[in-house]
Amino acid sequence: MKTIEPGTEAPPTILTGNQAAAWGAFLSRVQVVSAYPITPQTTVIETLADLTARADWPNRFVNVESEHSAMAVCIGASYGGVRTFTATSSQGLALMHELLHWAAGGRLPVVLVDVNRAMAPGWSIWTDQQDSLSQRDTGWAQFYCSSVQDILDHVILAFRMAEEASVPVMVVEDAFVLSHTAEAVSLPAPAEVDRFLPPRRPAFSLDVEKPRAFGGLLGPDWYQEVRKDLHESLLRLGDAAPRIYGEWERLTGRSYAPVEAWGVEDADVVLLTSGAVSSTAREVVATLRARRKRVGLVQVRMFRPFPGERLREVLRGVPKVAVLDRNCSFGHHGIFHQELKSALYSMEAAERPRIYGYVLGLGGRDVGPRALQEVVRLTEVREAPEPETTWIGAVLPEGPEQEHEEGVR
Amino acid sequence: MTPAAIPKIDGDPIVHRGHLACPGCAATPAYRMALQVLGRRTIVAAPACCFAVIDGAFPHSASGVPFLHTAFEASPAYASGVRAALDVKGETDTNVLVWAGDGGTFDIGLQALSAAAERNENLLYVCYDNEAYMNTGIQRSSATPRGAWTTTTPAGHTKVEVKKDLGEIMAAHRIPYFATASISHPDDMMAKFEKARKLRGFRMIHYFSPCPTGWKADSRHMVELGRRAVESGLFPLYEIFDGERLVINHRPAWTPLREYVSLQGRFKHFRDEDVAAMEAEARAAWERLEHRARLNAGP
Repeated sequence: MKTIEPGTEAPPTILTGNQAAAWGAFLSRVQVVSAYPITPQTTVIETLADLTARADWPNRFVNVESEHSAMAVCIGASYGGVRTFTATSSQGLALMHELLHWAAGGRLPVVLVDVNRAMAPGWSIWTDQQDSLSQRDTGWAQFYCSSVQDILDHVILAFRMAEEASVPVMVVEDAFVLSHTAEAVSLPAPAEVDRFLPPRRPAFSLDVEKPRAFGGLLGPDWYQEVRKDLHESLLRLGDAAPRIYGEWERLTGRSYAPVEAWGVEDADVVLLTSGAVSSTAREVVATLRARRKRVGLVQVRMFRPFPGERLREVLRGVPKVAVLDRNCSFGHHGIFHQELKSALYSMEAAERPRIYGYVLGLGGRDVGPRALQEVVRLTEVREAPEPETTWIGAVLPEGPEQEHEEGVR
Repeated sequence: MTPAAIPKIDGDPIVHRGHLACPGCAATPAYRMALQVLGRRTIVAAPACCFAVIDGAFPHSASGVPFLHTAFEASPAYASGVRAALDVKGETDTNVLVWAGDGGTFDIGLQALSAAAERNENLLYVCYDNEAYMNTGIQRSSATPRGAWTTTTPAGHTKVEVKKDLGEIMAAHRIPYFATASISHPDDMMAKFEKARKLRGFRMIHYFSPCPTGWKADSRHMVELGRRAVESGLFPLYEIFDGERLVINHRPAWTPLREYVSLQGRFKHFRDEDVAAMEAEARAAWERLEHRARLNAGP
């Protein structure tokens, strides 16, 4: 097989989200990849197996028997001091759960792409955010992408942030809506990526010249300090993110931010979104503003660390915020909804928006412009938020319900 | 009773004093011997097991080589990652040693173990088998012998299932090297560590590790327990090359199993028929081994 240096062959300019994720890892000169297949992640690892096989730097692709072992291989290799990557989805991410704690507690800059897929049962291969948000408290940074370009750039950005802060980073993309949708992509030149992301220089690693134990018994006299350090490192990653995004913008001309806002200054209602729905929401906001409705949009790209301070700045004085959640913390609210309420609680009452929570689009149910317009309409007409989360579109259609009952009979 | 014959170790010992093993622990001298054979260019990966404690609490470590604590069920996968990183960096001469108990090997770690063996990862895996979850307080594992008392197979309800045959499981993976070892035969054990060190690919040593705490035995008797297990035919010493060629290293003297059982509180409920049943199982297992050894000897 022919060796290629990224960029020396005509690089692909049309990529799916999953291919973009693989190209991001490849351009980052990843050294150890370990993965286990799950729909709809498979094309990430298929593409990456092909790319790394043709890479001109030493690397290994370890095909394992489970996602659990995929993360364990990444952890072992990351302790060995090299750059590691994996990708998964849904049940696979849930199976990794224990090891996500090990990676974060070990302060290892592992990068993982999660293709957002609903949790079983019943089996669903379609998108929602339940899988990644269930990993909220593992100590991983999380970034939610809204376009294919976004995914490619964020895998490279994730390595840079992870290695700078010594924390693992999860890059999240929507199943099918992004993972299997092809878009025009600008591939950065390898030399540019190399300048932005130099080879990993770990602060510590398994070294026979300096024998140390890693992960040993940690008594009550030490444990809390170590966890506080992890927490503060995540907060520092949040502080560093605008600078790192700035460097990326100077290199590529593409700008990102942990929180992005459109038309918020004069808005009566602001939609708060994450993931691919944000792209749809931008269209809806543009359409409504053309009809002289004062609607704005806030896209939360960085979920952990949570950009509370930035959200308080952006939303200060906005009358109403409608939060869209493709997930649910059962028995409470959508998760972005509760996170936003917690972040805005410290604001002066006069400046604090009323926060409306909407759960929609679970298990891949399409979230189109009509659903978003309905969210805007409900938020406009309701003087105060309902005490509970409002579910959008969760009504059993007549046909299947009747069929089901006939089946039961 | 023959005195313990732990071989003198050449050079500075790699494993330090001051580790946290119970007095009499048979796993610790084997660890010391293994590292002495493998040398300082070795990285250890160990799951939750006695060695998660024995190596020492932060910031201490008794091992003298890098020691990576791993999730209970995942040490072969962690070690595969370490191996991959070393190979990518060109450190192909550094040994990676998995040091795991029977729980992490026979039970919760079996899936990752099978996968690492199937990939023929270049690792040495030592299972120190003390036949129960000793670190958590003597609970039954699938390596616990039939009839043994543990805290989860209490008196009157002792274990009814037969111990898994690790050698058969690993042979079925066609790994380059599998061997059994006992503290009572330290020269044989050192030779096996040395043989394993020189081979590449997935190598495994199943080390029989008498445990004073879990077996309710006197800490003076650990080497003797190893000897009686070997000489009664209960724990045969053998090697399997490439999952095919089986070599028996030592022919047991067929001493009465009662002599092995009687030194341990975990078998104190054993009647003569229980000992006889255990003896019959050991005989049958031995005959299977001999059959395989004859098959491999060829025409």
